[in-house]
Amino acid sequence: MSKVNQYLTTVVRTTVCRCAVAVVFAMGASVSQTAGAYTLYVSNEKDNTISVIDGESLEVTDTIQVGQRPRGIVLSEDEDFLYMCTSDDDHIEVLDLQTGKVVHTLPSGPDPELMALDARGRLYIANEDDNMVTVVDVDKRQKLEEIPVGIEPEGIGLSPDGKWLASTSETTNMTHFINTETLKIEANVLVDSRPRVAQFTPDGKEVWVSSEIGGTVSVIDTETYTIKHKIEFEVRGLRKESIQPVGVKIATDGSDKVYVALGPSARVAVINAKTFEVEKYLLVGPRVWNLEFSPDQQRLFTTNGVSGDVSVIDLKKRRVIKSIKVGRLPWGIVVRP
Amino acid sequence: MKGQGRLTDLLPWLSGVREGPVCNLVSANQNYGNYIARLSAAGLPLPVLMISLGLGSFTKRVVLIIALMLFSNIVSAQQQLDIPITWLGRVENTVIPLSLLDAPIEDNGIPGSVLGLQDSQTTGNFLNHKYQLEQVILDTEDDIVQRFTALVDGGARLFIADLDADDLNRIKGLVPEVLIMSVRAMDDSLRNRDCSTTVLHLPPSRAMVADALAQYLAWKRWRKVVLVTGRHLQDKLYADALRRAIDRFGLKLVEEKDWTAEPGARRTDSGHHSLQQEVPVFTQFKEHDVVVVADEYDEFGEYLMHRTTLPRPVAGTQGLTPTAWHRTQEQWGATQIQRRFIKLAGRVMSERDYAAWLAMRAISDAVTNTNRADPASVKAFLLSDKLKLAGFKGVPLSFRSWNGQLRQPILITGSRMLVSVSPQKGFLHEVSELDTLGFDEPESGCTDF
Repeated sequence: MSKVNQYLTTVVRTTVCRCAVAVVFAMGASVSQTAGAYTLYVSNEKDNTISVIDGESLEVTDTIQVGQRPRGIVLSEDEDFLYMCTSDDDHIEVLDLQTGKVVHTLPSGPDPELMALDARGRLYIANEDDNMVTVVDVDKRQKLEEIPVGIEPEGIGLSPDGKWLASTSETTNMTHFINTETLKIEANVLVDSRPRVAQFTPDGKEVWVSSEIGGTVSVIDTETYTIKHKIEFEVRGLRKESIQPVGVKIATDGSDKVYVALGPSARVAVINAKTFEVEKYLLVGPRVWNLEFSPDQQRLFTTNGVSGDVSVIDLKKRRVIKSIKVGRLPWGIVVRP
Repeated sequence: MKGQGRLTDLLPWLSGVREGPVCNLVSANQNYGNYIARLSAAGLPLPVLMISLGLGSFTKRVVLIIALMLFSNIVSAQQQLDIPITWLGRVENTVIPLSLLDAPIEDNGIPGSVLGLQDSQTTGNFLNHKYQLEQVILDTEDDIVQRFTALVDGGARLFIADLDADDLNRIKGLVPEVLIMSVRAMDDSLRNRDCSTTVLHLPPSRAMVADALAQYLAWKRWRKVVLVTGRHLQDKLYADALRRAIDRFGLKLVEEKDWTAEPGARRTDSGHHSLQQEVPVFTQFKEHDVVVVADEYDEFGEYLMHRTTLPRPVAGTQGLTPTAWHRTQEQWGATQIQRRFIKLAGRVMSERDYAAWLAMRAISDAVTNTNRADPASVKAFLLSDKLKLAGFKGVPLSFRSWNGQLRQPILITGSRMLVSVSPQKGFLHEVSELDTLGFDEPESGCTDF
């Protein structure tokens, strides 16, 4: 497809879909309250767009132009705004989800990649190029602090009580535990090569850290700051080096499951959170990067960078039920209930 | 000797550390001083910096201990482990790039090792590991055996060798209890009959880069190849590797020719007139798909591009180039290391800088995982399947246990954009696809491992 055609298609699709969204809103709140009525937002790193997916129809309903190289995205506390690391613009863009327009930006330090938002409206941002975690007050739109961490900060995980931040450094191979009161590092845990994502368990007692090149997930005990278990992966017929853990999503519905995206191997591992056993590998798309649940945690959505789509997994049946074509190099994904 | 300067001029903050005799530095050392200066200017604390000048008039030694105090409040309680590493190099004739857009590199490799030191020390600070890098650069006349033996007698065990094959061959078997991480020589002989268990190779061999290019040409179905070889011994070795690769991946060598002209001045007014006449005459080959050049000193390959008789791409040492590292490489998070390097060295990262960075990182991976710094432990870890070295190549890197060569994907790049990365899809291997590049275990002539 020529560039012009592609552009025209996007414009037409966008226009049509905006109308559809408007109609849904016009029909009132009852529609959005039915089960399954939720929306997914996907950042497309290469296209500089956000794809909007309707959780019910599993169709792309809108494609929104944003700043350069959108990667990590999080929803605001009131769920009306989307904060986006537009990495190549060196700031955070704030997308108004009602109007589909970028309304303002936040300072972030250079090359923001991943971030987490706490209940106080503080955004913790990993600056991949600056060896810093930047803390930003989203209401005042001000930078509060820069916390020096290891080289190439990447993952950011917030504890359920908001008191701790787990931040990973890809070249230092560490997980840093930052006290969110003092904004100081209080513990460091050495993990395997190129740690990416850090996620606390719902009880706050563990942090799961994926190591992309090491090929493992470390489960860190947050009382002792030691690794209590290291999970390895093996997929029959696949080279070990193609199995690269990245996105981690921990179920909070009492199912005791953890899902790990395994990058170029195009698999998502289903792990028992109690026994640390890998129960199943689900085939999705190549360079599977990040994961998100539906609000009822019955479904899991994956961004597949190389195939440019989002896989929808039925977690009960443990089956991929659909692939949704989005933009080029889909990266981050969040759900808005 | 160019690049003369007083030590105290280059390292002014040293005056309080040591009042020493005035001396002249070799150019590489001068540059080294420059980025030590940059480090300091960047606000990085350099708590210990020692200079000792005791190894003869030309040999200069610089010891640099970087202990970034970033996390000094959380140094682990375990006893400090020192990891002294010696950079052993020899001055060489700097390659003068044919294109005026590229500056000659006079400190090739050294800032790569310094960046590797800094990166590794951030982990070391948590584990109470202290990395030290001592730099010894020999002049053309210096006796490598004497210098190397003296360093070993002085306690040096872990070496990063910026040496050619001749020098490596002289020191490789002298002392068994050392580990030499070679960052310069790409000779296939060192990975085969001249291999040594004391030497690990960070750069790809010529066979590896030639295979990487040949795989890409095969994937493109650019099967008919003509080969143009330069006047240097290294060009002949590169051409040997290309011939082997052409044969190995089902390409056809339709014609060969040597480029024998002396290079002459790179900057000449109206130089393009003569080239426009000469190159089409030189490139009247039989029907072919691609012109492959072996020109490691960058004397003529660039001239062939856009001037060949038939409209054909140029590949090899110029044009579409297979290489371990290139400034166009921004895949797999490489943006960050490229930027860090430019900030440190004031120039782009070369293939040798990358090899030197990898050498430091490999040692650091071994020390981090084993908590030991003796060469036997480091080597055992590096040759085991536990090593998963991160090198911004999308896969963990490891060493071939049969010849000490680092396995790694090879970039296939144009001058301004990355084109591809080999191994190419479809070239399969029973152990690792990376072993489709270079001499594989069954064909290896190395018996020392």
